[in-house]
Amino acid sequence: MKPPPFAYHAPEDVPAALRLLAEHGAGAKVLAGGQSLIPLLNMRLAAPAHLVDINRLAGLDAIAAGPDGVRVGALVRHAALARHAGAARTQPLLRRALRLVAHPVIRNRGTVVGSLAHADPAAELPAVLALLGGTVELASASGRRTVEAAEFFLGPLEPAARPDELAVGAWFPAAPGRSGCAFEEVTRRHGDFALAGVAATVTLSDDGRVTAARAAYVGVGSPPPVLDLTEAADGGADLRAYVGGRIEPEADIHATAEYRRHLAGVLTERALRAARRDALGER
Amino acid sequence: MSRPAEEPRHAITLTVNGTPYAVEVPARRLLSDCLRHDLRLTGTHVGCEHGVCGCCTVLLDGAPVRSCLTFAVTVDGHAVETVEGLAAGGEPSAVQRAFGECHALQCGFCTPGFLMTATALLRETPDPTDEEIVEGISGNLCRCTGYQNIVAAVRRAAASERT
Repeated sequence: MKPPPFAYHAPEDVPAALRLLAEHGAGAKVLAGGQSLIPLLNMRLAAPAHLVDINRLAGLDAIAAGPDGVRVGALVRHAALARHAGAARTQPLLRRALRLVAHPVIRNRGTVVGSLAHADPAAELPAVLALLGGTVELASASGRRTVEAAEFFLGPLEPAARPDELAVGAWFPAAPGRSGCAFEEVTRRHGDFALAGVAATVTLSDDGRVTAARAAYVGVGSPPPVLDLTEAADGGADLRAYVGGRIEPEADIHATAEYRRHLAGVLTERALRAARRDALGER
Repeated sequence: MSRPAEEPRHAITLTVNGTPYAVEVPARRLLSDCLRHDLRLTGTHVGCEHGVCGCCTVLLDGAPVRSCLTFAVTVDGHAVETVEGLAAGGEPSAVQRAFGECHALQCGFCTPGFLMTATALLRETPDPTDEEIVEGISGNLCRCTGYQNIVAAVRRAAASERT
């Protein structure tokens, strides 16, 4: 349970980090919070030749909450974003999702952007970014680009970042008026990865009708499935069957595919109810 | 047969429980191993080494972190607190005392991690609700006590700090 040897680099600024990634490419991994990477190294499931530690880079720990949304830099820890009052006002789903990310001690170290770049289909934040239609900003020695969530998550642990690119930030759109959100999941133990989970948003008209309802899922496939449930939520449709027919969960030692499908349906009903109450200000 | 090349070492300085240390470590040295093997501070325990059990929890610049999920080389210039630093002048801290009084430990293997986690929790939330205590210690595993006495100990430590 000890990590394999690697060459350690601790660049002092972003251009130096990007030069290192350009030079070492696929042989390098970025170390931010390390709460996903170091377990993989300890268990020797990964053995990168180079580690580029970005913790000394200045200016990447900023959280900016504006009318359009919340922008977080690559070194923003889960705990810092969860504490940020402006971020919670602009996009309440962030705090509700973050309290489900592992344990408080892990959240002190793990980073929001690192979780996105790790692209684990069992993690909460990729589903949040996918649901809200946020973006990830990637930088390399040859320039910067902004990638939409729908194009960023390609598959399990497979983000759209090239080996020479550093995810320097992410942007989560603001919640619209008269909207509500919820994050519901089922875990074997508190803080574990969820067997299945649902992030949902609901927007209401002035007379309280549902004008938009969307849900994104964790633990039932990758990239995180995003469903438009506006019509299904409004009519008398069988929501569980509707959701169950549109996701492809896989079986593993923790749960069968059928059980995950069942959970996704039940949690969707729960999350939509909670999001609707939230939109009505009843939370 | 040739010996494998010696791994390069990195010179770092870190402050542990107020004492500065200078040490040379390979990049892959975990903070938990640096504390135990390089600094001979064996109070920090190592359980699972992949972030699940919480035995190795220490405070890094005041915040609890997993020392098994932290490379020593990355804490160059930072301050670490370990279980050895809790007692002052030979007197156990309020949290340590409460753990004894409430029988919050049996074998003691997980105890350093719980003590550090609870110490940080009470610094940030001096009067926690039961829910906050349970959430606070949720990342630490204990296979002996069933947790009830640990929760009681944190409650008692909070009460004794108030009086």
